[in-house]
Amino acid sequence: MPDDDAIRCDACPVLCYIKPGRTGACDRYGNRDGQLVRLDPHVLLDRAVSRGDSVVPFLEREGSWDGNIVPTFVTAIGAGTTYPDYKPAPFIISSQVDNVDMLTVVTEGIFSYCGVKLKIDTDRHLGPETNLVRAQGEPVGHVTTSEYGSQMLSLGGVRHLTGGSRHEGTVTCETLLNLCNGKAVELSIDDGATLTVQAGNPPVVDNVQEERMRVGCGSATIGMFAKQWFGKVDDVVVVDDHITGVLSEHQAGKLLGIAETGIKLKGRRSTPGRYFQVAEPGTAWGGTNIHDPLSILKDFNPKVAWPGLRLLMVSTTGEHHAYFELDEALHPILKDLPPALTESVARIKENCEPALCTVLFMGGAGGSLRAGVTENPVRLTHSVRDTLTRVTCGGAPVYVWPGGGITFMVDVSRMPQNAFGYVPTPALVAPIEFTLKLKDYAALGGYMDHVRSLDSLMSGQLRRHMSAHEANPWPLSSVKKQGEP
Amino acid sequence: MRAQITLLPDGRRLHMHDGPIDLIVEAFGSPAQVKLAYQSASQRFLNVLDELCSQLPALRTQASPHLPPMSGSTAKRMAAAVAPYADRTFITPMAAVAGAVAEEILDAMTSASTLFKAYVNDGGDIALHLAVEEQFVVGMVERPDRPSLFGTATIYSHQPIRGLATSGWGGRSFSLGIADAVTVLAHRASAADAAATLIANAVDLPNHPAIHRVPARNISPDSDLRDLLVTQNVGPLSPEDVNFALASGSALAAQLLEEGLIYAAALHLRGETRIVSAQDDLLTLTDCQTRSFVHA
Repeated sequence: MPDDDAIRCDACPVLCYIKPGRTGACDRYGNRDGQLVRLDPHVLLDRAVSRGDSVVPFLEREGSWDGNIVPTFVTAIGAGTTYPDYKPAPFIISSQVDNVDMLTVVTEGIFSYCGVKLKIDTDRHLGPETNLVRAQGEPVGHVTTSEYGSQMLSLGGVRHLTGGSRHEGTVTCETLLNLCNGKAVELSIDDGATLTVQAGNPPVVDNVQEERMRVGCGSATIGMFAKQWFGKVDDVVVVDDHITGVLSEHQAGKLLGIAETGIKLKGRRSTPGRYFQVAEPGTAWGGTNIHDPLSILKDFNPKVAWPGLRLLMVSTTGEHHAYFELDEALHPILKDLPPALTESVARIKENCEPALCTVLFMGGAGGSLRAGVTENPVRLTHSVRDTLTRVTCGGAPVYVWPGGGITFMVDVSRMPQNAFGYVPTPALVAPIEFTLKLKDYAALGGYMDHVRSLDSLMSGQLRRHMSAHEANPWPLSSVKKQGEP
Repeated sequence: MRAQITLLPDGRRLHMHDGPIDLIVEAFGSPAQVKLAYQSASQRFLNVLDELCSQLPALRTQASPHLPPMSGSTAKRMAAAVAPYADRTFITPMAAVAGAVAEEILDAMTSASTLFKAYVNDGGDIALHLAVEEQFVVGMVERPDRPSLFGTATIYSHQPIRGLATSGWGGRSFSLGIADAVTVLAHRASAADAAATLIANAVDLPNHPAIHRVPARNISPDSDLRDLLVTQNVGPLSPEDVNFALASGSALAAQLLEEGLIYAAALHLRGETRIVSAQDDLLTLTDCQTRSFVHA
């Protein structure tokens, strides 16, 4: 009966044979790479840096670490929600930190009002602002205001989750879930590009993997590299969808005393040496649609230009570049890039950071979730505002948006793996923890009779220990004392 | 002790857990009677899983009148629930395990105490007790594993209904069909469980390319479904596909209703619902527009 690769679970008398990657009849125990593991464990973060390969010298650590004094933070991952009601109520855990009784209320919230802000490091034009972003053909969000060197998408939100068709909601939920859990997602933008995006990975735009962010706009690039070009070339055009820069006309060139070259650009001149709209947005040179850089140049002014004039054209990432010299008729002729300029093009590339997709989950903790923490939900909001209560998401720090309510953002890459779930409402399930002093908790009307000790959780078998993310502040440290500024 | 039995923080409901069994129990009555009921339920619960596991091979075998009778009251309930189907389709007593366990625990409570009403919810398969003039409103969920109500059923003591069950391919058990959820009302939970399994199997589109199926054994080597193809994923379906699949399931539900094996069924697929019922008002659907969501 048992397959070669199946293992027998002895957690209960059903004694399931479980294949790799599968679970037993209970859906709780599974076979992960040949090991029997509890799959819905309650995740506890241990404040030890990557257990086993710590940055602390081993001997020193061995002497001071006995396994019991490692501070532990209880995350909400796997804690369950107060709804559906067959799950246990949120855990309310007390622990001692620096002899102050600290308390963490953990719950997995069902977020109908939630979404993802996706930052895609690319200058390529992904699609017109406000156009729909689709997954599996269903609208799941839109293109929003672009940022410096990055295109921004706003995905999810209650309108796509529950305001549209059933299928739209399901696909939106699945898209958010996958992005938040660090999986790759394919998106298409109306009248725009097709993308593959994954938190912490380079974006793939129309089947081309993006590698670098631009160093700055075309004008900024001129400013940064003018000195390095001086004397090696007569003029430089930095092609950019936003502001294309021209060295000889630019303030930086003027300061160096670079002579006029009679170069003329298409597009709208903003200030000397800075041009808007030299081409349409696209996925070619510098985020424009041009493949031939000469197409943005008009004829050189014959009164100023001279045969043999040396011109470098380069994109803001250094990814595209071409070197020309003017012939007797003042037409640019493509030549090999001289070694003296190779270095500056390489320098532009070097100054461009790796292009990544980054995913911020954004959600709002509504009334019923807050009511799971205290009998008077608005007091929790006030306590968060007053920074007496720290909000974390799977142990990761959050940014709580000012104003009413508890609307927060969190970088999903700082959260433990697969921290998110869903309900087919559809809505996302995300962990959320509120940490505060025990006496502050009592003051805001907390459920003091449900407070349990950390030790009581340690005795169960429903838990999984993980090392805390190194970049995250320890969730239990330095929550402000009441009365402090 | 392996089994975990705890009173939930609301102080009213009992949560019982052992291996794959997970029950929520609530009894309504005087405090003393409720206490008696919970003591009896807990006592009975301790042995249920071991009893079932002692005859797992038989419970995983095709139901047949020619097999030796089961030992143990829960296993007997399972065998009785699937017996009406033994000669017409593939079914094993395991198809009724959740409903049978719910019944068994309910029975332990009602025989030890006097209650107004009580329920035992075994992952959506529910056994009910109703004294005269009592009623229960039961929510129907879209998928067995997750809460999103698509309708309610109100069950009155004068009706013969004492069991509900929900089955679908997304749940913990395997399904041969593609129903998101089929909820069945029957005279008892084990009967509802078996019927819901079969009706959910019948909500199907044979050979449809969007449906991914694999032999049950490939996923779970000791599944009672052996080499039968179980649904693993359902891709895009046209409205015609949804109609056809629901019509197939409804036809079986109507037949079981005719035979007196069930009282009502609600079949749910891709947001579409079909009701098959002996009475018009047995099941009430929640209107999509007025559906209320649980907000964080």
